[in-house]
Amino acid sequence: MTAVMESSADAAARPEAGAVASFDVTLKVRRFNPEVSEEAYWEEHTVTAHGTDRVLDALHKIKWEIDGSLTFRRSCAHGICGSDAVRINGRNRLACKTLLKDVNPDKPITVEPIKGLPVVKDLVVDMEPFFASYREIMPFLITSGNEPSRENIQSQADRDRFDDTTKCILCAACTSSCPVFWTDGQYFGPAAIVNAHRFIFDSRDEGATQRLEILNDKEGVWRCRTTFNCTEACPRGIEVTKAIQEVKRAMITRAF
Amino acid sequence: MQTHQYDVVIVGAGGAGMRAALEASKGARTAVISKLYPTRSHTGAAQGGMCAALANVEEDNWEWHTFDTVKGGDYLVDQDAAEIMAKEAIDAVLDLERMGLPFNRTPEGRIDQRRFGGHTRNHGEAAVRRACYAADRTGHMILQTLYQNCVKQDVEFFNEFYVLDLLTDHDLTTEDIEDGAEVNATGVVAYDLASGEIHVFQAKAIIFATGGAGKIFKTTSNAHTLTGDGMALAYRRGLPLEDMEFFQFHPTGLAGLGILLSEAARGEGGILRNADGERFMERYAPTIKDLAPRDIVARSMANEVREGRGAGPNKDYVLLDLTHLEPAHIDAKLPDITEFARTYLGIEPYTEPVPVYPTAHYAMGGVPTNVKGEVLRDSHNVVKGLYAAGEVACVSVHGSNRLGTNSLLDINVFGKRSGRSAAAYAQSVEQHLPIPEDPTARVEAQLAEMRDRPDGERVAEVRQALQETMDANAQVFRTQESLEQAASDIRELQKRYQNVSVQDKGTLFNTDLLEAIELGFLLDIAEVTVLAALNRRESRGGHYREDFPDRDDSNYMLHTMAYRRPTSAPDAADGHVEGYFDHVEDFGDYKVVLGSKPVTQTRYEPMERKY
Repeated sequence: MTAVMESSADAAARPEAGAVASFDVTLKVRRFNPEVSEEAYWEEHTVTAHGTDRVLDALHKIKWEIDGSLTFRRSCAHGICGSDAVRINGRNRLACKTLLKDVNPDKPITVEPIKGLPVVKDLVVDMEPFFASYREIMPFLITSGNEPSRENIQSQADRDRFDDTTKCILCAACTSSCPVFWTDGQYFGPAAIVNAHRFIFDSRDEGATQRLEILNDKEGVWRCRTTFNCTEACPRGIEVTKAIQEVKRAMITRAF
Repeated sequence: MQTHQYDVVIVGAGGAGMRAALEASKGARTAVISKLYPTRSHTGAAQGGMCAALANVEEDNWEWHTFDTVKGGDYLVDQDAAEIMAKEAIDAVLDLERMGLPFNRTPEGRIDQRRFGGHTRNHGEAAVRRACYAADRTGHMILQTLYQNCVKQDVEFFNEFYVLDLLTDHDLTTEDIEDGAEVNATGVVAYDLASGEIHVFQAKAIIFATGGAGKIFKTTSNAHTLTGDGMALAYRRGLPLEDMEFFQFHPTGLAGLGILLSEAARGEGGILRNADGERFMERYAPTIKDLAPRDIVARSMANEVREGRGAGPNKDYVLLDLTHLEPAHIDAKLPDITEFARTYLGIEPYTEPVPVYPTAHYAMGGVPTNVKGEVLRDSHNVVKGLYAAGEVACVSVHGSNRLGTNSLLDINVFGKRSGRSAAAYAQSVEQHLPIPEDPTARVEAQLAEMRDRPDGERVAEVRQALQETMDANAQVFRTQESLEQAASDIRELQKRYQNVSVQDKGTLFNTDLLEAIELGFLLDIAEVTVLAALNRRESRGGHYREDFPDRDDSNYMLHTMAYRRPTSAPDAADGHVEGYFDHVEDFGDYKVVLGSKPVTQTRYEPMERKY
């Protein structure tokens, strides 16, 4: 065993230099297991956390050290796979991108499943209705005629036109923060519109008219009440409400 | 139990799996089985780019790319495969663009390209701009684009299904199969996480695209779900694993956390500095400096720390300096990684250097395949109907050290090839071969046994102990002593694993149970990684032995092949070389036997590797 490796292993266990030291934090988690009971309930656990720990680390601590049955989705753990959108203190966030020290760890931190989708177990919701809406807006490049022998030519300015909406990771934080979606699950929701935007404003795409037709539906963009919850919820910083407005405008002006 | 029949079944819905699905589903009835929703796959975490000699911004050609790949892999690369990859890279990038991928553009509107580690002009003269990219979320855009096209093509997915067994018509773990004899893969057994139900998928062709196993280490860029499932399943069913000792440590993980900061940061002009502010890579790689291949940069960083020039209060990391770059340039080209530094370390990269240290990143080794994606059961015989592509596979285009961007390339080129091969094979076969009479027996017994165990040790404790010994003893620097320590720790942990228990006894969404199963995969993969590392008494690419610091071409210019066999099996495997590839390790109820496979060399003679 070499000395340097020992020190690096220790380093991983230590809080970062300059970070907040260890502290105790209480998580108040919404639990639900239909195999046991039809009733959901709150459960509190207190764990010790480090300065750089995220809500996901605290959830893992509970699952790995206290109660293995606590169920949630996660994968990449750094905000890129979109698995772990949950409601933290009433706001939709990614558990892996929310540092405990940033959500007032002095009081119990509430963690519950995102709203508007059926809860399967604890923090896990059925994502299928969400993905069904996504699939409906034809989220793929539509072109006609012969394919170019090399790449399609696109100016950087044209590429920049839809840059923001290409960042979407389909975590559903936006859609499940939308009051319209809560009351009407048929509404396409912000994420589907964001992904329609990504293609409508892509200069290479020829399917804008079809997509706008789909979103002109009674469950389409006109349901949006511009509450900006979605923009606030997006962990990727996408200006979701602005994208929806742009789609609405394109529908009226047919300019895209 | 439910039974399904498909022509082609693809296991894994990352880049390789979905690229294969787009090919296979054109002519064969195809299903993709994935333990995650496809867009959650770790391809999405890849950042910097995908290399192809498009020559859009400066002179370049695929031969230079081939050479860089071979040299980058310290000559353990199969050169025929590297040449195919570099040639087909161009179409792979153009395919993605035409599928809709939003690449960054040149002023002329072509796909823009940037510099990346180890990619050079004219065999090492200077760094070349070869990496096609979409900001620093190239992998995200590839994953999204492939999924979008799967939606367009109506590909059938089974999401949150864990494949837990591979069915074959001969038991390779016990039967003595002759050279040239036919062995067929006939299906897979999967566990539906949502319901707890077991599903059998009978298929004419199966493609493994299950990704890597980074979670054998503690500090890693890999997702929690990268537990080596496909590698371990193949290995347990008697198939060899190739070159498992070669694991890549990415130089720039966020210190203490392991979260990846793309090499593109250095491609765009970022500089690594030690505590004295020195650009230390000038000493280790005078020509291409910070853009040397990852193995060299990672070792140089670890060496700076070891010799006391590390930064920070504990002198245990180095600094990635972007402060001389224009904030607008950083925002345009590196928005995600700078946000990671802000979110997770509270560092503002415009004005402060970012603490970084090597992080376990990529398995160069894996399930051996040929260039068609067919899986090998020894050095030369294929298993009919079984294919593998991406990180789970070892073609071997990466040799002992993968160049940055070549993994996104690998998944596209060999994903496509395996998809085509599998569909063509399935079409050539009239009927499904029979599957074993009780195909789910092994899986059901395994799950029931795990679920019904009396209260024992926690899964997380054993996993943490595994990850700690791997970080301490099998990381950037290795010795006989450190590796023996790791091997004995893993032996002990394998025993403790027999007594771990789960608390969740339910059938719905039981992730507790699946984490326990995944830990079994991790232990097997760590075990074979360490044994292969012990056996290779030389230093090459990502495998650095302090007790054998030189490359030894006369004895080790061979791929390692590791076989798990019953204790009654002979002590020599295919490719046995006395004194070099002859290691046998007895584990009581099975043993690991090491053999070898020749390296394919075409036009490049091994040379000393200098940058």
